[in-house]
Amino acid sequence: MNDQAQLLPGTLDLLILRAVSLGPLHGYGVLLRIEQISGKALLVEQGALYPGLFRLLRQGLLKASWGTSENNRRAKFYELTATGRRRLKEETDSWNRLATAIASALSPQPEEA
Amino acid sequence: MRFLDSLRFRIAALFQREQMRAEMEEELRSHIQHRADDLERSGMERAEAERRARIDLGGKEKYKEECHEAAGSRFVHSVLADVRFAVRVLAKSPGFTVAAVLTLALAIGANAVVFGLMDGLILRPLNVPQPENLYGTNYGDNSGWQSYPNYKDLRDRNRSFEDLAAFDFALGVGMDTGNDPQATNGFAVSGNYFDVLRVKPYLGRLIHASDERGPNSAPYVVLTYAFWHSRFQDDRGVVGRTILLNQHPYTIVGVAPPRFQGTLLFVSPDFFAPMVNEEQLNGGSLTDRSNQGSVFESFGHLKPGVTLAQAVADVNAVGGYLEKTYPKDFAQKNTVLSRLGLTSFRARASAFLAALMALAGLILLAACANLGSLFAARAADRSREVALRLALGSSRKRILRQLLTEAVLISLAGGVAGVLGSVALLRKLNTWQPIAGAPIHLPVTPDAKLFVFALILALVSGLLFGMVPVRQVLRANPYEIVKAGASARAGRRVTASDVLLVVQIAICAVLVTSSLVAVRGLMRSLDSNFGFEPRNALMAGVNLAMGGYSGDRVPAMQRRMIDAMKTIPGVEAVGQVNGYPPLAYTAGTKVSVFKKENSDLRSANADIMPFRYEVSPDYFEAAGTTLLAGRDLSWQDSKNAPAVAVVNRNFAVKMFGSVTGALGREYKLLEGTKVQVVGVVEDGKYQVLTESQQSAMFLPFLQSPASSAYMVVRINSKAGRDTEQVAAAMRSKLRDLDRGLPVDIETWTTLLQTVLFPAQMATMALGVMGTLGAMLAITGIFGMAAYSVSRRLRELGIRLALGAQRREVLRAALGRPLKLLAAGSTAGLMLGLLATRVLAFIVYQATPRDPLVLTGVVVAMGLLGLVATLIPAQRALSIDPMVLLREE
Repeated sequence: MNDQAQLLPGTLDLLILRAVSLGPLHGYGVLLRIEQISGKALLVEQGALYPGLFRLLRQGLLKASWGTSENNRRAKFYELTATGRRRLKEETDSWNRLATAIASALSPQPEEA
Repeated sequence: MRFLDSLRFRIAALFQREQMRAEMEEELRSHIQHRADDLERSGMERAEAERRARIDLGGKEKYKEECHEAAGSRFVHSVLADVRFAVRVLAKSPGFTVAAVLTLALAIGANAVVFGLMDGLILRPLNVPQPENLYGTNYGDNSGWQSYPNYKDLRDRNRSFEDLAAFDFALGVGMDTGNDPQATNGFAVSGNYFDVLRVKPYLGRLIHASDERGPNSAPYVVLTYAFWHSRFQDDRGVVGRTILLNQHPYTIVGVAPPRFQGTLLFVSPDFFAPMVNEEQLNGGSLTDRSNQGSVFESFGHLKPGVTLAQAVADVNAVGGYLEKTYPKDFAQKNTVLSRLGLTSFRARASAFLAALMALAGLILLAACANLGSLFAARAADRSREVALRLALGSSRKRILRQLLTEAVLISLAGGVAGVLGSVALLRKLNTWQPIAGAPIHLPVTPDAKLFVFALILALVSGLLFGMVPVRQVLRANPYEIVKAGASARAGRRVTASDVLLVVQIAICAVLVTSSLVAVRGLMRSLDSNFGFEPRNALMAGVNLAMGGYSGDRVPAMQRRMIDAMKTIPGVEAVGQVNGYPPLAYTAGTKVSVFKKENSDLRSANADIMPFRYEVSPDYFEAAGTTLLAGRDLSWQDSKNAPAVAVVNRNFAVKMFGSVTGALGREYKLLEGTKVQVVGVVEDGKYQVLTESQQSAMFLPFLQSPASSAYMVVRINSKAGRDTEQVAAAMRSKLRDLDRGLPVDIETWTTLLQTVLFPAQMATMALGVMGTLGAMLAITGIFGMAAYSVSRRLRELGIRLALGAQRREVLRAALGRPLKLLAAGSTAGLMLGLLATRVLAFIVYQATPRDPLVLTGVVVAMGLLGLVATLIPAQRALSIDPMVLLREE
């Protein structure tokens, strides 16, 4: 079995928001941060990240500005807007509820044991 | 708030697309650099690291496109891209593009022109205030309202009209503004004419009822704007000037507004003068109740609340009263009231235009069928491209949108080209003078309505038939098509495009049939027996009233003119007919005549209604009319001699049983005068070519003089003098007799134009439609044949390689299109023959049962097929199997 899980549809946006919530990041940084916080368990296709970023920009959840990276290269940095922060909280809560429900549904029931 | 942000982002994205593109590029480059930095740190060579980083990122272009989409700018952007791509694709197959655009342009153009005519003549009302309830007595139904006393009675006795005005033509009035007498055409109008119409003057004043104080009491004239503009160069000082009309002084009192051109849509007069001056203008009488020539039409606004039916009943009630009071002069007919503007021509014009519109609709249908098969063939040719695009990850939606864009582009191009062409043609029609010297013009001005109509038509037809290939695309299985190639089996199945082609060819054959029938009919009507010989005859129209002649001076002068003409070398015979000769300007006066024993002399009780002509001695010889029995009229048949007449065969047979039996017999006119028949001439046509055989009588012109007449000058064809020379000699002789007399000399054939005009118009229109149909048939068959050849190129190549004969190859390649052509033509011919029954109403002797027409259609369709399949056939024959097989 592959130890890297495929992303569920719709979860990329949530992961991006989460990654950026810890501080402004450029695109490659977002990728590294997602790998890092998921313990390298989640695989994000590198190019697919960018349409996601643009989608969140359009929705006004992120804002972007150009700056200089730690490698001393020009890069576009993303950070959360207030709306983005609110959305992250809502989505996280709803994800947790869903995860709990799925987990309990899938957990071994007494009669099965 | 969020919505606003999003909107701002989208708009920014739209306007800063280039900037966005650059930023995206830079961002992705930055990503690769960072990735490469990491890889380098783990010990990779820089160059290798960068290569690796690029591979890791994946399809950069694809992601950029997705970014655009995510940013919301994709829609507009991709539409532009679609358009750009469509233009490129279409430019790559110019044959298809030109064929499709041209097909559509022709069809749209034809429809727009017919619509323009319809709009100008039928849909658009007269350009006066409140035209909706403006109704007139329908000229031409012989209802008897056409005398001035009748008009006055109707005006004063009816209870339906707010007020009733009347007008008549004042054609060929000599106008002298100081030095050059010129024949002009005006309207003689009742005093209340402008007030009834609620028209306000552009300059000065108009004519009012208060100007009328009995015969010849109102020497005032109002100019139309166009005439004022062309003849007086917009000179505002013209108001108050005195000019001469037929040598009588008239004061110009004003100029009518620019967009008012009288009350007949297709006639544009030069001036308006009071009808009470009828005697000076037309030489007619205002007091003679039976003179049906002094009013053309009376009209007015219906009173509020009065329905058309009530008005008609009211008018007929007045008619009933008049018939009782003046039994000799007035025969009551059921009057028809109609919208002012076209009078009784409305019905015929509507029918004609409706027929034209139907034909134009057929053209459009044929064009659509054509477009459909063009698009279908093209889609099949492109199935490989489409499959490739599908395989490379394009969505079906995107491909459909692409096809749609192409269809819209072609529709727009075709529509615009069609509209431009039709506007040019309509402009030309608007300034066209169909009949030289007559003030007739078609009031067609293309406007926004026309453009909208044409564009909608173009888009609907383009989209409908541009979408024919959609099914093919939706069904396409990329894997199969790419694997198998585009070659399909030559199916025996009847496909949709086969049906389209047959329908199209059938429609085209209908059009070709109708136009051939019409042309044949016209040719035959030119050749038919008119009862006179228009060739080698010159007509000189002289109105002595223009020169101030009256009373006994009129016939005396006319005799001098006739004698003068006879002295011209090469002239064989000279005669004169009062008013108009037969078949000119659809003029013709019918009168009531009675058998001698009939004593109840009311119009309603007449035995027959022959056309009445007043002619000079030698008229029949000059006109080329054969005298069947008896004698010609002579100079002795003068004012005081007994009343005599020459009648035509139809008259003689109807009244007296036979030609010879009519000689010496008597009949009675409405006034009670007994007339003796002294001669019988052959039958002829008198008013229109399509009329059934009518009776006619010819009275001596000396017994009923008239100042307006035509001289008929017969030229001896063997004398070697052409018409130009004789016409010049006639002009100089007439100038010697009276310098100031305007004369109008033309050949009789030219004069006939007026009666041939409807048939010519119909023939011209049908000819154009037939040509359009033929062109569409060519493109349709060509498209089908070319497509069939190109699809089966490989198969044909193999056949050739295996030793097939050229003839067999040709049969394989073109058999199907030709079979379809035959099927379509047969169907079309049948339908065409049915349709031409309708034509017979307009075109004289239009009969489909004419072997020449039948062979003509067959030959024409065969030729079309030949022309259309020539190029594909050549292509099929020039196949080189080796080259072909190598290419595949």
